[in-house]
Amino acid sequence: MILAATPISASWYLGLSALLFTVGAVGLLVRRNPLVMFMCVELMLNAVNLTFVTFARELDDVGGQVVVFFVLVVAAAEVVIGLGIIVGILRRRPGATADDLSLLKG
Amino acid sequence: MPAAVLAAVQQVPFTSPLLDWHALAPEVILTATLVVVLLVDLFTDEHSKWLASSLTGIGMLAAAVPLLTLAVDGSPRSMFDGAYVVDDFALVMKGVFLLAGYVTVLLSTNYIAEGDYWEGEYYVLLASSLLGMTVMASARDLITIFLALELLSIPAYLLAGWRKRELTGNEAGLKYYLMGVFASAVMLYGMSLIFGGTGSTVLAVIGDRLDGSFGESPVAALGIVFVLVGFGFKVSAVPFHNWAPDTYEGAPTPITAFLSVASKAAGFVALLELIFVAFYGRDDVYGPLMWVLAALTMTVGNLIALRQTNIVRLFAYSSVAQAGFILAPLALAGHGADVADDAIRAVVTYLVIYTAMNLGAFAVILAVSRKTRSGEISSWGGLFEYAPGLTVAMTIFLFALAGIPPLGGWFAKFGVFKAVLGAGGASASLLAVVVAVNSVIALYYYAGVARVMWFEPVPDEDRTPIRLPVAIGVALVITVAVTVVTGILPGTAGRFGDVATDLFAAVTTTTGR
Repeated sequence: MILAATPISASWYLGLSALLFTVGAVGLLVRRNPLVMFMCVELMLNAVNLTFVTFARELDDVGGQVVVFFVLVVAAAEVVIGLGIIVGILRRRPGATADDLSLLKG
Repeated sequence: MPAAVLAAVQQVPFTSPLLDWHALAPEVILTATLVVVLLVDLFTDEHSKWLASSLTGIGMLAAAVPLLTLAVDGSPRSMFDGAYVVDDFALVMKGVFLLAGYVTVLLSTNYIAEGDYWEGEYYVLLASSLLGMTVMASARDLITIFLALELLSIPAYLLAGWRKRELTGNEAGLKYYLMGVFASAVMLYGMSLIFGGTGSTVLAVIGDRLDGSFGESPVAALGIVFVLVGFGFKVSAVPFHNWAPDTYEGAPTPITAFLSVASKAAGFVALLELIFVAFYGRDDVYGPLMWVLAALTMTVGNLIALRQTNIVRLFAYSSVAQAGFILAPLALAGHGADVADDAIRAVVTYLVIYTAMNLGAFAVILAVSRKTRSGEISSWGGLFEYAPGLTVAMTIFLFALAGIPPLGGWFAKFGVFKAVLGAGGASASLLAVVVAVNSVIALYYYAGVARVMWFEPVPDEDRTPIRLPVAIGVALVITVAVTVVTGILPGTAGRFGDVATDLFAAVTTTTGR
C-alpha cells in the first residue's frame, strides 16, 4: 500500500544507484577475496548503468541507453580478462586472498 | 509497441555518418596489422615466430605515414558530430604513441623471444593497446574516451601479468587489473552524472552547458571530480599510485616501459581533452584538485624513490614523480586563455620528451639486466668499465630526467615553470616552489644511479662486455637522438607543443569562451 501511494520518481532510481555504487566501492576496499572484489566492481558498473538509463528516460535522450550497451560489452570483456588472471593465481595458490599477494612491496 | 517503434524509425530517414578514411588511416592500419599478426602467428611454426615482432613494428611505422600526410594537409577533420576529431593535437599525440609503441616492440623482440613468452599473442595485445591510445588522442566524446580507455587498458592488464608462471607476474596483473577497473567504474559514474546534467556526451557541448545552472550545482562538481580521479589512477597520481610500483616490478620490463610512458601519456591526453574542452569553465573544481594531486604526486613519488634499491622500482617512483610535474600546469590552466595555451604546450612538450628519455632508460635497464640478471642498483657497479656506451647513454637519460641542460628534460621542466608562473598569484608561486624543490630531490637519486655506474667497483669482478642485441641498439639510438636534439634545439619539441594548442583554440573560436 505504501508503495502504491508513493510515486516513484527519478530520484529514487538515482538514490538506489548511488547506494549500489557505494556498496560496490566499499566492498572492493574492504573485502579481500579476489572474486568478491571483482563482483563489487560489477556492482559499481551496474549502478552506472542504472544512472544512465534513468537520465536517458528523464531527458528523453536515447544516447544514455546506448552508453549502457557499451558499458555492458566492456564489462563482459573485463570479466573475461579478470577471471583469467584470478584463475591463474588460484591455480598456483588455492584460496589466496588479496592480502596474500604481497611479494612486491617497498 | 514494436509497430509504433517501427513507425517512429521510418519517419527519421537514416543518414550514414561521414567517414573520413584519410583521417582514420592510422587506426585502420593498426587494426589491419593486429589481424595480420594474429593470422601469421596461427600459420607459422616455432622457428618463424619472429615474424610477429617484425610485422608489428612495420605496421606501427606504416601507421605513422598517414600522420605525415594529414599534417601536411593541415585542416582539422571532425566526424560523428564532433565525437572524433583529428586535429594537430591528435596528430602530435598519435605520433608520440606510435613512437613509444615502436620502441616497445624493439625492446620486446629479444626479451619475449628468449623468454618463450607466447610471441604472437603478445604483439597482438600490444598493437590493440596502441590502437586504443591513438583513438584516445582523437576522442572528443565521453563514450569514445571510455572505449579508448578500455581498449588500451584491457590488453595492458594481460600484458602486465604476462609472466603467468611466476607469482610476481600474477600479482602485478591482479593489482593493475583491480585498480584499473575500480578507476574506470568511478570515472563512468562521474560521466553518468555529467550526462544527466548536460544531456550530452560530446565534450564541446558539455563545455557549453556546464556554464549554465547545472554547472553551479554540487552534482556537476562531483561528476567532474570522479572523472578526473578515474584518470588520476591511469597516470598514477598520488594517492592513487599504489598499483604502479608493484605492477612495474612484476610486469615484463618492456611492458613496464610501455605502461610508464604510453599508458601514462594516454591518461594525460584524456585529462587535457576533458579539462580544456569540457570542464574548462569549472576551474574552481579541477584547479584545486589538480594542484593537490600535482604537489602530492611530485613530493611523495620523489621521497619514496630516494630509498629504493631496485632499479625498476626506482624508475616506477621516478615516473610517479614525473607525472606530478606534468600535472602541475593543469592546476592553473583556468587562469585565462594565455595560461591555458601555455599549459597545453607544456604538457605536450613534456610528454614528447619524457617518452624518449624514459623509454631510453628502460632500454639500458633491459640491456644491463641481460648480463647482471638482477634488478638491484648495486649490481650496476662499475658499469663504465665493461659497457662504456651503455653507461654514457644511461647518464644522458638520467640527467635528462633530472632536467639538466642541454638535454631534453630541461626544456620540458622549463615549460612547466613557465606555464605555472605565467598564471600569477600566490598559489602559482607556491606550486612553482614545490616543483623547484622536487627537481632538486630528483637530481639526488638520479645522480645516485650515475655515481654507482661510474665510480663504484664491479661487484663480482665479472667484466665480460654486454652483448647488445640489434633491436635494443636501434631503440637506444632513437631515444638518445630525440633526448639530445630536443635539448639542444628546443624549438623542435616546442613546435609540437605549439601546434597542439589547437585543442583549446578550437573550443574558444566555436563557443566564444
